[in-house]
Amino acid sequence: MSITFQGYVRPDGKVGSRNLVAVIPSVICATDVAQAICHAVSGTVGFFHHQGCCQLPIDLKRVTDTLISLGCSPNVGAALIVSLGCEGTDTERLVREISAAGKPVEVIHIQELGGMSRAIQQGTDLAQKLAMEISGLQRETVDISRAVMSIKCGASDTTSGMASNCVIGYVADKLVDLGATVIFGETTEFLGGEHILARRAVGGEDGPVGRKIYEIVNRMEERAKAVGEDMRGGQPTPGNIAGGLSSIEEKSLGAIVKSGHRPIQGVLEYPQMVTTQKGLWIKDAPGREPEILTGMAATGAQFMLFSTGRGAPQGFPSMPVIKICGNPNTYERMRNDMDLNAGVIINGEKSIEEVGEEAFALLLQVLSGRMTKNEAIHYTSTMDIYCLGPVI
Amino acid sequence: MDELKLALKVDDKDNVATIFANGVADGMEVEIRDKKGKMTPVHVIGDVPYGHKIAVRPIHKGEPVIKYGESIGAASADIRMGEYVHVHNMVAMRGRGDLREVQG
Repeated sequence: MSITFQGYVRPDGKVGSRNLVAVIPSVICATDVAQAICHAVSGTVGFFHHQGCCQLPIDLKRVTDTLISLGCSPNVGAALIVSLGCEGTDTERLVREISAAGKPVEVIHIQELGGMSRAIQQGTDLAQKLAMEISGLQRETVDISRAVMSIKCGASDTTSGMASNCVIGYVADKLVDLGATVIFGETTEFLGGEHILARRAVGGEDGPVGRKIYEIVNRMEERAKAVGEDMRGGQPTPGNIAGGLSSIEEKSLGAIVKSGHRPIQGVLEYPQMVTTQKGLWIKDAPGREPEILTGMAATGAQFMLFSTGRGAPQGFPSMPVIKICGNPNTYERMRNDMDLNAGVIINGEKSIEEVGEEAFALLLQVLSGRMTKNEAIHYTSTMDIYCLGPVI
Repeated sequence: MDELKLALKVDDKDNVATIFANGVADGMEVEIRDKKGKMTPVHVIGDVPYGHKIAVRPIHKGEPVIKYGESIGAASADIRMGEYVHVHNMVAMRGRGDLREVQG
């Protein structure tokens, strides 16, 4: 019997788990207008970031590319671009490339329209039109191989690597075996475990994918050293240390458990979206929530499995985040934020496989429309774009 | 009878185990459970919070601390069997600007 879910099939063939109008400020200066529009119109979400001006060209391109990928992501049905008019982001290309994915796209320019109130008025009218336009789209039955899952751990403690990350690893293997796509990242948390990942690369440790894994870890370490610092004091975090994690290596070895055991097919750059890629992939993104959640949604992930021990409650505007808690004490304390209890593994009440099957059943429901706890209480604003250079 | 206090050892090569019990205090006996379920009792040295580690054998200063069968850093002091292991007596060897790193 084939495993299926109910999703929104997009003109480019991707499948969404949500059907949203994305209101996208092309620069931070347009955020307030975009927020007002989102408040006024049902079915909208805002991608409120802090970038898009006075940055190096490489970062301006990165911001444009990431916003394009977010607009093209399958949970987005239509997009309204809110431009100030003098930003460094390439707004024209943003509109063009999201339109090329077959989605309805509108754009407003605040300076041209004569300021904030007029822009809000015009933007609200356009967002309402877009929301009406996509609201009738029906879900269709699609095969599980069209699922794109992102995975992450946050606010980790020592239960993460022994319970909740093991559950995600189980689900990741299962989805890869079913022909779906699984994306993991958090390059900072490869430190101390990169040799294990590189050996799992297609073509082996010395092949192009294996070498690339070493390269992205070095790049991350060198960036810290370039400002005369190293990772200590930042990683592991004070919360991790209070939770019993003594070093970045210990955190990393526990973190990579969630990638499962299947071969690593390749490395995606931060703004890059998946098109035809199947199997297990790495996205080169740091571990901090706003930047990696954005990177994963931009990849085209329809949802995320998120493991935590100390209790991370946050979510993303367009991508449901399923929280799996490894610490039984935290689960009891924060059950309104945690979707699944993996603390039962630590207590010896259930096996990794049993909780893994519970997680798999839940993700099929979420793909088909069931809300995650963070969606239900609107804890969905965690986003930013990971840039490389300074603000200038 | 008191509740059994468990410390889990993930890999046979590990020289530390993680305590998943509340209120483990200096001198208390805990059971180290390995992957096969074999139990070994040990007296804990130091108060060990939930989710923190103890040594399952003596670890000399400079020796790697092993968990998941891999190095998670080095002992910065001699560590006795059963002793609390954390940032006070071990250091990370990765992500540092003051050391030349060897990978793989």
